[in-house]
Parts: sequence; C-alpha cells; structure tokens
Amino acid sequence: MTTAPPSAGSPGAPAAGSASFGAFVARAYARGELVVQPRMGFGDPGLMREGLERTRAAEAVTVGTLTLDSYTRVNDLPAARRAVAEGVPLNGYPLCTHSPAVSRDLLDGVHGPRFPVQVRHGSPKPEHIVAALLSVGLDATEGGPVSYCLPYGRTRLDEAVASWRTACAMLAAAGGTTPDGRTAGGGTAAGRAADRWRADPRPADDEPASPGDPVRLPHLESFGGCMLGQLCPPSMLVAISVLEGVFFARHGLRSISLSYAQQTSPAQDLEAMAALRALSDELLPDIDRHLVVYAYMGVYPTTRSGALSLLEAAARLAVESGAARLIVKTAAEAHRIPTIADNVEALETAARAARSAVRRPPVASDLDTEVYAEARALVHTVLGLHEDIGEALLLAFRQGLLDIPFCLHPDNAGLARSFIDSDGRLRWSDTGRLPLPVTAVAAARKLTSADLLTALTRVQRTYDPGGIR
Amino acid sequence: MNSTPGPMNFSHAGAAPSVLLTGTSSDAHTWNLVYLQLVLEEIGHTVANLGPCPPDELVVRSCLDLRPGLVVVSSVNGHGFNDGLRLIRALRADPELAGTTVVIGGKLVTDGLRNVGMVRRLTAAGYDRVFDDGELADFRAMAARSPYRAVS
Repeated sequence: MTTAPPSAGSPGAPAAGSASFGAFVARAYARGELVVQPRMGFGDPGLMREGLERTRAAEAVTVGTLTLDSYTRVNDLPAARRAVAEGVPLNGYPLCTHSPAVSRDLLDGVHGPRFPVQVRHGSPKPEHIVAALLSVGLDATEGGPVSYCLPYGRTRLDEAVASWRTACAMLAAAGGTTPDGRTAGGGTAAGRAADRWRADPRPADDEPASPGDPVRLPHLESFGGCMLGQLCPPSMLVAISVLEGVFFARHGLRSISLSYAQQTSPAQDLEAMAALRALSDELLPDIDRHLVVYAYMGVYPTTRSGALSLLEAAARLAVESGAARLIVKTAAEAHRIPTIADNVEALETAARAARSAVRRPPVASDLDTEVYAEARALVHTVLGLHEDIGEALLLAFRQGLLDIPFCLHPDNAGLARSFIDSDGRLRWSDTGRLPLPVTAVAAARKLTSADLLTALTRVQRTYDPGGIR
Repeated sequence: MNSTPGPMNFSHAGAAPSVLLTGTSSDAHTWNLVYLQLVLEEIGHTVANLGPCPPDELVVRSCLDLRPGLVVVSSVNGHGFNDGLRLIRALRADPELAGTTVVIGGKLVTDGLRNVGMVRRLTAAGYDRVFDDGELADFRAMAARSPYRAVS
C-alpha cells in the first residue's frame, strides 16, 4: 500500500511513544500500514494468552483482542463462575470472573505499547467490564449505547444510554479527563458516577500507575457500523457510528474510532467510508480518531477459498477507503468458533491483501452519493433533536427517526425495512418514519422467509465456488 | 414492503399468538429469530418474538401471559445446550406449563458437532423435540402439524 500522507489528520493525535491504542494505530497509518485485528476470545487464560502471543507474532501489523464470553456480556457473572468452576467451555474470556491477578499474568509481557489489546464484549450495560479492564491495566474497548444495545437483547435503550455515559466517564477519568475537559474528580455527575464505580471494593483492584508511566489515553470504538451484521443500509450504519462517536467525545473520550462493516456492494462500501470520513471530520475535530473496517459480518462463505477472498476484499476496501484498522474473519467462520491458527491465517491473509492495495486520496465527488446525503440527513436530524446527545438518540428511536431494519428490540420502531437491489446495493424498501425523501424507497413488496434467506446468503453464494460472482 | 406495516417483533396484533419464539438468555443472535418468525407466519402461525437474550423469567412469564400452543427456542451461540437446559427446567417447574409443547434447535454446542447425549439430556429435561442445525424441514413439518395455527 502506498505511503501517501494520512488524510485523517487528527489534531488531537497522541504523542509518538505513547502506550495508547489510538497512538499505535496512528503510527501504523502514518507508515502506510493497515492494522489487522482478530475477534478472538477463549475461556482458558493459558489459551487466551497463546492467542494474544500468536496474534502479536503474526506476519502483520496487529493489535490484540480479548473477546469476552456471553455470560459476562449480559452480566450473568454467577453463570460465568459456574462455567469456569465446572469446566464448561465458554465462548470468550470471562474477564470479570478470573481474578485480576490471573488476567494481569495473562497480559504480562504481551500487552504493551508495541501490542495494545482491546476488550470486545457486546454489553449494553458495560460498567462492570470497564471497571475490570481498567483494573488489569487495559484501556481500549468498543461498543456504544445503541450498537451494543439494540441488536443484542432487550435492555432498555435509556438504561444503555445511562450505562454508557458512566462507562465513558470511567474511561475518560482513567485518562485524566472529564466530559467538560477538566481534570477528573472535579465533581461533575459523570465524574461522580465514575468515582462510585472506582470505589466499588474489588480485591486487588486498582493498581496505581507508577510515576514513570506515560499518561493513558483510553480508546473507545463505536460498533455502530455493524448493526445487525447485515442488511442494514450503509447510510444508517454511518449515521449510528458517527452519532456514537459524538456521544463518546461529549462524554470525555479523546481517542475514538468509527466502524463500518463490509456489505453487499464494494462500490457502495467505498461511498459509505467516504461519508463516514467526511461526517467525522465535520463533527469530531480535535479528537484522535481513525476508521475501522469489519470484514463481512453476515452469513459467511463455507469454503476456505470463498472465505479468504471475501476477507481480501475487505482488506482492499479498508486500504482504499483510508481505514487504519481491519477486523478480520476467518475461513472457519461459517462452521465453528475459530481457532488461534484460523485467526493467524486470517490476519496474514488480510495483511498480504492490504499490501497490494492503494490508499485512494479523498476527492470532492466522493460525497456526491445517496449514502452521504442520507447519512448526513440522519445525523443532523438527530443532533438537532436535543442538545444532549444521549437524549437526542432516545428521542430519535422513540420517534422512528432512527430505525434499524429487522431489529427485534422493543425500543426500535421496527417500521423501516431494507433489501438488496438488483445492482447489489442495500436500499430501503420502507423508510418508516426516517427523515429521508420518499425517493429513498426503492421497492415495495412483502418479504418471504425465502427472500430473507436469499438476501442473508447473497455474499456467501457470491464468494463460494460456483457462485453468482 | 408489508401491506400493513407493523413493528418487526410481533404479528399477533393483540390476540394470543400461536407461537412464542425466543432466543436464550445469553444468545445475542437475531437473524435466526427473524427467519423463523417468517417461516412460522408462512405456515399460518401468529408469532410473538421475544428476540435475543431474554432472561428465563421473561420467557416463563410470557408463556403464562400469552399461552402459546408452541414454544420455539432457537440458539446459535454455542451455549444453547447449557442455557436451554436451564430454561426448560424453569418452564417445566411451573405446573401450568407442564403440558406446553416446547422445542429447541440451532447450533447448541461450541464445537458444532451433533451429540446424542446432548439430545437425550435436553429431551429428558422436558423438550418435546430437539432440532439440529440443518433440520429445518423437520422443524417446518412439526410446526405445520401443530394444532394451534391461526390459519390452516
């Protein structure tokens, strides 16, 4: 990939040499290298450490991932404890169940300035997870009040917004800032909320940073670009990602990333990334930030060759669109929870594909698109609803101004629907009450289960041999 | 797309649904639930879809409130065996739900392998049927035979 000067010039960029997640990614981006990252989590600390070590040793510029198990995600810690005690296999690392000492040992000598580790979890109410990750010396995670709530459960959106305010304040306080930019502990509501969590008596918890340690710059990534994994029109993905980024910034985060998941049309994906860049430039100046591409999050090709070539397409999308980081998927994705070797293969495959792709400098015509026009309308409509971004998000969902197609959550209006158009692009078949022109509706017919299956498996069929490509 | 647009998560419009469709407490996946809702509606059922991650108590309470003729539990996150076992014990513990037809299916364990012992334990605990990933035709046939459909 070329080494054109980074276009995502971020005035708030951390100093070189900083241990932070954002700084590591920014340095790689400046060198013209794509950071690749697995989605990896194992219940056993030894296996989890091995996963991190082998991620670090892969032939690629990598960051590490601790993906947490689903019991920890839903804060059912008794179930996580029982599973650990009884040796029941977990689908991720139970960060709140293993003792901080166990987790510190697991990270010791692996996590550091040259290999930052991000905690990935999916929790709508993540205070327990943020407390645990800070207590073991980590400060990078992901999620968001919308993206970690609506797709994954029944937690009320207002509760998720309140929890994510606290979680942001806890992360920001660990980096020494508060939502209004003052030093932590200054008596704001968010500061007090963070203090309450920090006061929570945990054994061997908060280890004070030694005086020589660099200042932490906690990092938070919006998962908004991945809503439901597939079949969400890109303009909505861009809008949620940007709005969650604004939420993080207004709650004190100084280093963030915004995500977008590869969808069904490579051309539309490039347009979406351009829209994401433009809206984040407009609304999030003075914040260290980068863009993240997720390899396709929907039904994955079943063959090895199909899975890897879909991943290569994601890597090309990431580089061409100026993303700094890529979350990979493996050749095993359609069959089982990937092994460490599956992940290493995916990281190295993606890195090779990235090296042969070329970063495209942004041009004005990138924004002359349906995706940008829709995303801009959604974002600005929501920002205009209330001066508090959390309240604005709640109002928007209540009024159906934001509405995620096929999302079953009780707080989602559930009126908007999408489909894959004949040109492969995701479009609206019903805009419900979204603030979009009627021309945005491109089809109107009842979806059958067979239609849904056809749409859900389109990418799989395209990439598997004998497919429709 | 729908001639009478309504929220995605239920199609029973006030009346008692013939099927209660639900994920398991720790399973965040939803496409399996959206798809099964459409399948069930196409064979004449009305569906209350609890969506992903319902706590066991909510499933029990919803069964008592809505009195569905058939309860469909779908799980694909690998915890389905463990979570499904706990859920069926909670459902069968209520005498009013002792006779309700309850089935489970999906990817129920992390290694993706069918396991005879697992099926036996789930049925012993109270499931009427256990469907493996890929046994959709059998599921459809079972659901179509259900006497509780709103339309035949």
